Amino acid sequence: MIGFIQNLIDALSLGGLYALTALGIGLLFGILRLINLAHGDLISVAAYALIVPSVDVTARMFIGDFNILFLLPSIALIVILLALATDLMAFRPLRKATTPTLMIASFAVSYIIQNGILMIYGSRPKAINLWGAANQQIQVGDLRVPLLQVITVVVTIALMVGLSLFLSKTRYGVQMRAAAEDFRMAQYLGVKGNFVIGIAFAISGILAAAVGLLYVTQSGSLSHTMGVPLALFAFVAVVVGGMGSLPGAVVGGFAIGFVVTMLQAYLPPDLRVFRDAFAFAIVILVLLFRPQGLIPARNVIERV
Amino acid sequence: MDRILSNIRTLQTPVLLIVLLAIVSGLASLTGSDAMATTIAEMMIRVVVVVGLYVFIGNSGIISFGHISFMCIGAYAAAWMTAAPTFKQIMLGGLPAWLQTEQYPFLVAMAFAAVLPAIVGLALGGAITRLGGIACSIATFAFLMITNSVYANWDSVTAGVSSIIGIPTLVGPWVAWVFAGVAILAAWFYQISRHGLMLRATRDDPVAAQASGINLVKARLGAFVLSAALVGLGGGLYAQFLGILTVDPFYLGLTFITLAMLVVGGMSSLTGAVIGVIGVTIIVELLRMFERGSMGPITLPPGSQELGLGILMALILVLRPTGLSGGRELKLFGRSRPAAPAAPEAAQAAPAE
Repeated sequence: MIGFIQNLIDALSLGGLYALTALGIGLLFGILRLINLAHGDLISVAAYALIVPSVDVTARMFIGDFNILFLLPSIALIVILLALATDLMAFRPLRKATTPTLMIASFAVSYIIQNGILMIYGSRPKAINLWGAANQQIQVGDLRVPLLQVITVVVTIALMVGLSLFLSKTRYGVQMRAAAEDFRMAQYLGVKGNFVIGIAFAISGILAAAVGLLYVTQSGSLSHTMGVPLALFAFVAVVVGGMGSLPGAVVGGFAIGFVVTMLQAYLPPDLRVFRDAFAFAIVILVLLFRPQGLIPARNVIERV
Repeated sequence: MDRILSNIRTLQTPVLLIVLLAIVSGLASLTGSDAMATTIAEMMIRVVVVVGLYVFIGNSGIISFGHISFMCIGAYAAAWMTAAPTFKQIMLGGLPAWLQTEQYPFLVAMAFAAVLPAIVGLALGGAITRLGGIACSIATFAFLMITNSVYANWDSVTAGVSSIIGIPTLVGPWVAWVFAGVAILAAWFYQISRHGLMLRATRDDPVAAQASGINLVKARLGAFVLSAALVGLGGGLYAQFLGILTVDPFYLGLTFITLAMLVVGGMSSLTGAVIGVIGVTIIVELLRMFERGSMGPITLPPGSQELGLGILMALILVLRPTGLSGGRELKLFGRSRPAAPAAPEAAQAAPAE
């Protein structure tokens, strides 16, 4: 029983990372119909921004050594600026393009960012120790929980509450939801399209920065493709949850986290290396029965 | 007479493309350098792969990020058939006996390299072509990661992270050219067939096509299986070109380069697929020369080749979304082409909502 509860906490914290990533992706998909394949690379950039840019094998902390009150805003700012730059240079000229074209463009952006990281930081993975204290365990009865997992869950909940307050209570949040519902109509009613899209990119940047910092604290290493698996699980979470639905993205993220953790815990040891294959197979099975996802959005079917 | 003329009109595009490839290959072999022969052989193999990719992406309008998996499956299929039995018995104990103890001829291996991916494509496609276009693309991305992790970890049949060696290297520029021709003809005959036209109709207007009685899932599945077979064939050629096989090349980098070739040439025509391979190969080779510093005073830092390719692809998408070919097919005479549809300008320019 204790074992199961511990697995459940693992699932919650992993699912939290997937859910935050899926939110960043889902937010842009709702407004722009853009599947941002470069989102994972924003996560990598958040982690790489901690160290001094160089091709040396050992990483030297740069922003990572700052006081946490400076560290968080500076990393967030860097990622937000990068997210806005990708919008300005690649996606804004493609506002009228089809969804497949946008997806390919984001794939190109992803390739450019990954190879940019390679050029600046070199190709070898680097070890990095951020907030080592967070990896200690806290004892609750028989249960031993890594502090970092608690932090991850708390941060996930805080960001989600913050985002939903923003979307429901503030002027720009309401505009953003209107744009996601019907972009052209929202523009006719005075919503500034590019401004709202910019805010969406900035928020997805903040979410990516949070995921990047949490993930690098846990994994302790940097590589130029570190964000790709996270983003891929998040894409799958967005599809499972129901494309275009933010609650769906969150539910999908936690569902994927749950499936992956339970497979890791209960698969026979020699099959564990194929964990992701089993996870994706389960996802495809779910989609065969519910092709619209677990929580379908209302406005995904095109009007003719 | 009329019949001959119409046959010429129908077949001119694939024949012109095959001749074009022969001219490029012939010009390159004039230099007589081994490096150039390697480049050309690799280019021809990529023609097979990109034409295979085009059969699904170009005709259905759905982007696939997973086709390099089929290339991987095809490459390993060819390696299982042709690698030395002594190596297979020591390193690949998980293979069935008929593969472990025998060594099959080249053409049999190529057939297997096309059939095995087609079977996998049928199983996968049966599930994912039911999803909407975008969800289907994401599922293909997941498939890429699954294949990569399975082939990297299934030690008893793929030798895991170490490599399969001793594959006979039978593929040079001209052998690869023959297969490129086969792929081009297969793609062309599919495209002008009833099934190809139905699929193109679903691409240009899914609602109207379904209202006219076209089965969307079936149309997509047919193209998916054919394109899996062609890409797998490209993988088999690649294995017998390299002579040594690991899982590493069949991942994001190759996925990007092949997609870039298709986008640069123009996704919605066969001519675009072929021209894209030639154009991107030339650009990549030029950038490589600049990186090596063999182009005079200007030396670019390592990595500029990848960055350059990424930026080129983004520029093409913004400035000329229909690619170099503009979505048209290469032809010498006959403006109207009754058998194949016009360039889908309307579909490209349609707003996103």
